[in-house]
Amino acid sequence: MKSVVTKLTVLPILAMCVGCGETTAKAVGVAPQKMADALHVVLEADRTVYTRHVVNRLQNQEGVIKASEYWKDEKALPLPAQMFRMGSELAAEKDAGFTYALLSLWPVNKQNAPVTDVEKEGLEYIASNVGSNFYSEESLGGQQYFTAIYPDTAVAEACVACHNQHKDSPRDDFKLGEVMGGVVVRIPL
Amino acid sequence: MRAFVGWFLALSVALGLSAYLARAITVGDRRLFLPGDTSSGHHQIEERCELCHSESFSDRETIQASCVDCHATELDEVDDSHPRSKFTDPRNSDRVAILDARYCVTCHREHAPDATGAMGLTLPEDYCFHCHQDVGEERETHVGLPFDGCAASGCHNFHDNRSLYEDFLTRHGNDGDLLEAFRFAVLPSGERTLEALGIARMDAPNGSRWRPSARELSIWSNAIHARGGVNCSGCHAPTDRGEWSLGVPVAVCGECHEPQRAGFAASRHGMRWVAELDAMRPSRARLAMRETAPDGGLDCVSCHGEHVFDLAYAATEACLGCHSDEHSVAFEASPHARFEPAPGTSPEAVEKTGTDRITCATCHLPRVVGPGGRAYVEHNQNHNLRPNEKMIRDVCMDCHGLSFSIDALADRELIRRNFDRSPELHVPSIDWALGRVAPDSNSARRKDRED
Repeated sequence: MKSVVTKLTVLPILAMCVGCGETTAKAVGVAPQKMADALHVVLEADRTVYTRHVVNRLQNQEGVIKASEYWKDEKALPLPAQMFRMGSELAAEKDAGFTYALLSLWPVNKQNAPVTDVEKEGLEYIASNVGSNFYSEESLGGQQYFTAIYPDTAVAEACVACHNQHKDSPRDDFKLGEVMGGVVVRIPL
Repeated sequence: MRAFVGWFLALSVALGLSAYLARAITVGDRRLFLPGDTSSGHHQIEERCELCHSESFSDRETIQASCVDCHATELDEVDDSHPRSKFTDPRNSDRVAILDARYCVTCHREHAPDATGAMGLTLPEDYCFHCHQDVGEERETHVGLPFDGCAASGCHNFHDNRSLYEDFLTRHGNDGDLLEAFRFAVLPSGERTLEALGIARMDAPNGSRWRPSARELSIWSNAIHARGGVNCSGCHAPTDRGEWSLGVPVAVCGECHEPQRAGFAASRHGMRWVAELDAMRPSRARLAMRETAPDGGLDCVSCHGEHVFDLAYAATEACLGCHSDEHSVAFEASPHARFEPAPGTSPEAVEKTGTDRITCATCHLPRVVGPGGRAYVEHNQNHNLRPNEKMIRDVCMDCHGLSFSIDALADRELIRRNFDRSPELHVPSIDWALGRVAPDSNSARRKDRED
C-alpha cells in the first residue's frame, strides 16, 4: 500500500519540479497534508463546476432539465452530492491508495454521519472554526491514516432549500454560506 | 515372492488410480473432485472448475475476481445497495472485521449445500443486524422487528432495492391492485428492408443435401424469415462462413438478433453454451422437467421451432413442454392464462397495450426497452427471478399496482399456485413509507422523533 501512496505522491511533485525549472526530477515524497490539500482542490473544483455549469445552468437558469435525488427514475441530473459520492465510489474501486467522502453532522443519509472519533472531532471543528481545515491521524483496521477534513459550505440556494426541506434531514435552518458538512480525505501512512 | 506380488499389486493400484485421476482432471469428469455439491447458481458449470478457481489453490482475491467477472455488470445495473467500495472504505473497517462484505464468498460460500439457503446465502438470515442494529432509532416502525425478516419479508434486499426504496414506495403506494391501462412495451412492427421471398426464390443449392423438404419449404415460405427476405443461405450459409450447414448456431442467429443472443447467453438456458460445455438440456436440470421433454441441447430453435419461428408457441407451449414444477403446471388454469382483452377492445387498443394475452414469456422473458428506445424480448429468463422483487418494475407493474405486486411476490404459496387468487398476506412497507411523508412537515416529523 505504501508503494501506491508513494507513486501517487510522486506524480504531483514531478509536475511541480518541471515548473520550478528543475532539470532532473527527483522521486521524493510529499507530505500527506500537501497531498490531501491537492486532492481536495481537485475534488472541490470538479464539484463546483458541476454545480454551477451543469446543474445550476440547466436546472435553474435555462430550465432544460431538473436535478433530482431519484435521477435515474426521473430521468434527471444527479444532485452534486450524489455526483461526488459516485466519483468517490468509482475511485475506491481503483484501489488508488486514498479515499474520500462527504460527511456531515446533519446528514440526510445516516450512513454519512461521522463514525470515527477523528471524523466527529473534525466535523465539529470545521463547523465552529469557519474557514479552517482539520488534520489528524487515526488507526483504522490496523492501518494508520492521515485524515484531512475540509469544510463543505452551502454555495447555492438549492443546497440549503433541499436539505432544509428533506424529510430525512435533521436540520431545517441551514443558511447560504454555512458549513453543512465536510469532505474527508484519508491517506494511509 | 509373496512380498513381491504384494508390492506389485500395490504399485499397480496406485498407478491405476493416479492415471484415472489424472485423466479425470484433464479430459474426464472433473465433478469427481468437487468438495461438495455446487449451488443451483453454478451447478451447470461445475465441470469448469477454472471458471471460479482461475488459479490452482486460488485465494480470496482470485475467487473474487472470478465472481466480479461474471456478476459485476448485473450488480452495476441494479444500483447495488452494498457495493464493494462501501466496505473497502477504512471508516467501515470495524464493520468489515465482523462481516467482510468486500468478498462475495463471505455471504455466498460455494460447495456448502447444507448451509446454503435462498439466494445462495450461506449466512444466518439475520446478517443485517451486524451494521443496522440501531435501525429502530431512525424508524419507529422497525423497533423490535426480527433481523431475519429484513430480506425475507419482501421489504429489503442486500443488492437490488430498485423497487423497494422509500420514495418509490410512496410514489406508487396508492396505485390500485389492477391498473386501468397496461404498460407493456410494444415491439417494433417488422420494418423490413428486404423484399419478401416465395418458394421460387429459395436459394439452397439444387441437388445438394441442403435442399429442404417440401414441408420445410412450405413452413419457411409462410414464416417470418421468408416474409422478411431472409433466404436459406441467410441462416445456413452466412456470408462470413461461406459453407452450408444444417444446424444454425446461436451465434448465427445473434448476428441479426444480438440483444436476444446476449440474453440467452446470460441465462440458465445458455449458461453451458457460454462456458463452452455441451449445451444445457432438460435432463441436466435440477428443476422438475417433464419425462416427455425433448432432451436436446438448448439453442434458439429449441423454443422457436425450425423454420416456423412461432412466437406464440415459444411464449408458452415451448416452456410447458419441458418445465413441470407446480408453478408451471398451474399456469394454464391461472387467471393470467385466461386473460383476454375486454369485449369490444379494438385491435388498435390491443396493439397500444402491447398484448392480447398473458404468457409465460410475459413475466419470464419480458419486453424491455433497449438503447434508442427500441423494445425487445429479454431472453435471460433468470434476469428477474432472484430475488423475485426484480420482477416488480419490469413485469408486475405493467398491469398491477406496487402494493399488490409486493404482496403477491412475498406469498410463496400463491406463487406455487400460479397466482390463482389475491395475495393473502400484506407487506407493510408501503404503509410505513406513506406514514412518514404525509401529512406532516419536516419539522413536525423531527419533533416527533425528538419526543
